[in-house]
Amino acid sequence: MKVIVDKDACVGSGQCVLAAEDVFDQDDDGIAVLLQENPSEERAEDVRQAAAVCPALAIRIEG
Amino acid sequence: MSATPENVVIVGASATGLTTAQHLRRQGYEGKLTLVGDEEHLPYDRPPLSKQVLAGTWEPERVLLRSEDALAELDVTLVLGQPATGLDLGAKELSLGDGTALGYDALVVATGVTPRDLPGTDLDGVHRLRTLDDALALRAALLAGPKVVVVGAGFLGAEVAAVAREMGLEVTLVDPLPVPMLRQFGPQVGELVGAMHRDHGTVLRCGTEVAGFRSSGGRVTGVELGDGSVLDADVVLVAVGSVPATGWLEGSGLPLGNGVECTDHCRAAPDVYAGGDVASWYNPHFGTRMRLEHRMNATEQAMAIASAIVGDERPFAPIPYFWTDQYDTKLQAYGTFPDGARVQVLDGDPDERAFVAAYLVDDVVVGVLGWNHPRTLREARKLVVDRASLDVAS
Ligand SMILES: Cc1cc2nc3c(=O)[nH]c(=O)nc-3n(C[C@H](O)[C@H](O)[C@H](O)COP(=O)(O)OP(=O)(O)OC[C@H]3O[C@@H](n4cnc5c(N)ncnc54)[C@H](O)[C@@H]3O)c2cc1C
Ligand code: SF4
Repeated sequence: MKVIVDKDACVGSGQCVLAAEDVFDQDDDGIAVLLQENPSEERAEDVRQAAAVCPALAIRIEG
Repeated sequence: MSATPENVVIVGASATGLTTAQHLRRQGYEGKLTLVGDEEHLPYDRPPLSKQVLAGTWEPERVLLRSEDALAELDVTLVLGQPATGLDLGAKELSLGDGTALGYDALVVATGVTPRDLPGTDLDGVHRLRTLDDALALRAALLAGPKVVVVGAGFLGAEVAAVAREMGLEVTLVDPLPVPMLRQFGPQVGELVGAMHRDHGTVLRCGTEVAGFRSSGGRVTGVELGDGSVLDADVVLVAVGSVPATGWLEGSGLPLGNGVECTDHCRAAPDVYAGGDVASWYNPHFGTRMRLEHRMNATEQAMAIASAIVGDERPFAPIPYFWTDQYDTKLQAYGTFPDGARVQVLDGDPDERAFVAAYLVDDVVVGVLGWNHPRTLREARKLVVDRASLDVAS
């Protein structure tokens, strides 16, 4: 799976980090930073959860 | 517990409604899904309306919650531009505006809220902000370079005041309470919000009621305040709160208090669920009934409803999350912020306008608020999860 974060839409809620902290981090302004663009299959469910709870719908998953 | 229903009807085709549909599919629900909405638009998101859409930095299409193709994949029947007008719990039937009836095995109520009104405000130039059409109308009005008065200094009024001010307009923000966002975050933080607006050149008239409107030829020309003064206005936004959109449910037998009253499993009656802005439920984590008008809650409650429909019996006990953007400031909050809670700064400095504060009731953390301090706030959320106790003035 490939993860894409739309930084311009991100509101810095940190929900993605709470859902999968090895895949997402936040910069000093709170904007999401991708730690892994292609997370492993084991992480897929948590990453999907992160995309689902993102209040700004800023996370897209391909594949 | 009944078996998984074969025909789910969701009323309210917005954040809560669409997310419920999405999560039903994600959980493997293969039955019939119908999404009924009174707006003509495909489901769209509201938070950008008072921010990017109003400011003109996003094209309106960008607020769609899902593209048309992605919607088709979900295999939902969309009934748009059609209000639900009544509910027969016994017959398990919904009546629609065009007089037809729609049967269901499980029903989800996700009709959100409707802006509260001030008397005598059907004048031209007086706006509300709830829908995409409202946002586009308000933006068009602001582009004419008017004098703007915003009535109501909750998050919505405060956001619009900030956008209008950043467009270079003369803006006055009026509220009967002494500081902006008092109801959300109490007097100390409200004071800081007020100072931020004044720093950006927005005029604040807090602690003053609106007594009436002045008009000429059906168009608003001014706002009369309780102290006898009059503010010139070409455009007025009324943002004085909202009421749950439950009118169509009156007489149905569903428990309607402050919104549709649900159990901690989002259930309002057998096979009837409610979520999002319209629903009130008992949150076991805080030991209190709540109704939230927050974007994250729409998603989380929708997920909980979808799970409940397919048979997961976990109670819905979220830590509420809310954010608002005003000027260059991002305010974020986890938990609850009751009247009279003690506020204790945990990190940063309010004078520097970057801090995290805890809200305590009986020395237990019930909420944490971050002012341009997102990462520390995320860590502080744990205090709310753990119901941590903090000693006075550490
Ligand atoms: C301008 C604006 C800015 C916001 N900004 C933020 C923010 O920064 N942060 C935050 O946390 N929250 C914010 N919110 C709140 C957030 O948008 C709401 O919590 C969220 O939209 C709730 O979703 P919902 O689906 O429950 O209700 P809604 O989004 O209100 O959707 C309900 C839908 O049901 C439809 N409907 C109503 N009655 C009927 C009927 N009888 N039949 C059929 N359809 C019906 C309505 O037309 C509407 O489309 C904002 C809200 C607004 C309006
Ligand atoms: S959950 Fe979404 S909005 Fe929040 S930090 Fe992550 S990407 Fe940004």
